[in-house]
Amino acid sequence: MHVPDGFLDPATSAATAAVAAAGIAVALRGARRELDERTAPMAGLTAAFVFAVQMMNFPVGAGTSGHLIGGALTAVLVGPWTAVLCMTVVLLVQAVVFADGGLTALGTNVTLMALVSVAVGYGVFRALAAVLPRTRIGALVAAGVGAFLSVPAAALVFVGLFGVGGVADVAIGTVALTMGGVHLLIGLGEAAITAAVLSAVLAVRPDLVRGARHLRRDVTLAPRPPAAAPVAVRDAA
Amino acid sequence: MGAGHASGGLSARYLAGTSPVHRLEPHVKLVAVLGFALVVVATPVHAGWAPAAYLGFLLPLLVVARIARVGLGRLIRGLTVELPFVLFAVLLVFVSRGPRTEVLGLSVSQSGLAVGGGLLAKATLSVLAATLLAATTEPRALLRGLERLRLPEVLVQILMFMIRYADVVGGELRRMRMARESRGFRARHLGALRVLGPAAGSLFIRSYERGERVHLAMLSRGYTGRLPTGPVAAVGARSWTTALSLPLAAGAVLLTGSLVG
Repeated sequence: MHVPDGFLDPATSAATAAVAAAGIAVALRGARRELDERTAPMAGLTAAFVFAVQMMNFPVGAGTSGHLIGGALTAVLVGPWTAVLCMTVVLLVQAVVFADGGLTALGTNVTLMALVSVAVGYGVFRALAAVLPRTRIGALVAAGVGAFLSVPAAALVFVGLFGVGGVADVAIGTVALTMGGVHLLIGLGEAAITAAVLSAVLAVRPDLVRGARHLRRDVTLAPRPPAAAPVAVRDAA
Repeated sequence: MGAGHASGGLSARYLAGTSPVHRLEPHVKLVAVLGFALVVVATPVHAGWAPAAYLGFLLPLLVVARIARVGLGRLIRGLTVELPFVLFAVLLVFVSRGPRTEVLGLSVSQSGLAVGGGLLAKATLSVLAATLLAATTEPRALLRGLERLRLPEVLVQILMFMIRYADVVGGELRRMRMARESRGFRARHLGALRVLGPAAGSLFIRSYERGERVHLAMLSRGYTGRLPTGPVAAVGARSWTTALSLPLAAGAVLLTGSLVG
């Protein structure tokens, strides 16, 4: 669902490009806090993961299959700033290497799929994680709801942009309803996949899930046994 | 690497060649394609001469494709990315306001028909131009082009790591899929998430750990957060005029349209 060239008028495209540039600048600074000098290799490999996992087909019922968009999942896994950078880089590669998403619409796509979906997905996740029980299930539910809402949120922002800078004279309410409805369904798939992937990572390497650090308990070091008397080794003989 | 030839490989869109289009510097080509897209976007959809202009834009694209020896089939296959927006354009035809007309027994909006068609034409033309760029420029060369166009350095580095490792990570994904399928797994319904979720999860863990190893390996080779770049060769005026002839031709079509139409 990358926006191609020409759907929004030049002024709106330019405005979203400015928003995207500002967002990326802030994210670059924030990612240094999340990853210090490891920013480039870690964000690059995470972006490669997002790119690969977007090509994975998940069956979501009724004979249809969907793929992950991944904004919310990445934000929960590696933190929101790094997630913005990863999504931006993936969108950039898709635009210049795969002609997916127009070059003049790149700012719009970054705004929608990197900024809005990460902000909504991660914001909802943090808000819910604060009130839900601090358990694995709580974190999964929070991430799932965040992922679910991030998809229609991005779609509705697009409809809003289309209302402002679109070239068609449309009843914007109808478009919003249709796009919102379709993307609620897509969001359900996104939520299911996000929760499934997150649950797997939490089971194996909970330390890698940045958004669930509150679940991690510090390992209590086993006390060294008191200086015991030397163990008598019985002679085998 | 050997993993790049699956359908998802990063170099899948690149067609090796030595045509004049292939030989142009990548950043020059990027600017040319962006300029072309800007001209296409600037065309007013409501103008009566717009359809003629779209045809006029198509012509120089086809000439470039001919010079670059990019086949028609390759160009048409590149168009599949805009399928979701075809649906959106069809929606526009029905929900637009204004006078209605009958097409095949359905009541559709006249302006919606013009706008929906116009949007599709614009999207198609830009996708064709971008497909030509991708078919004649290697991913790494595109990265160099973006670097010369002053993309922020950290973003360039992230892109570089992504482009270098996308095929490696994609290859792991492919091997996991083969392993699943050779054990009789077929993703039929939602229950498959119990298998596919952990597959994607372990892919993340492997990618993240690989990132840490790459970082340590680079540190041990003296990485300080910057990468040395080679000498930057000056680009002659000839490359620029050759590359910019595409957006200029499109601009000429637009100008003619707005003067004559």
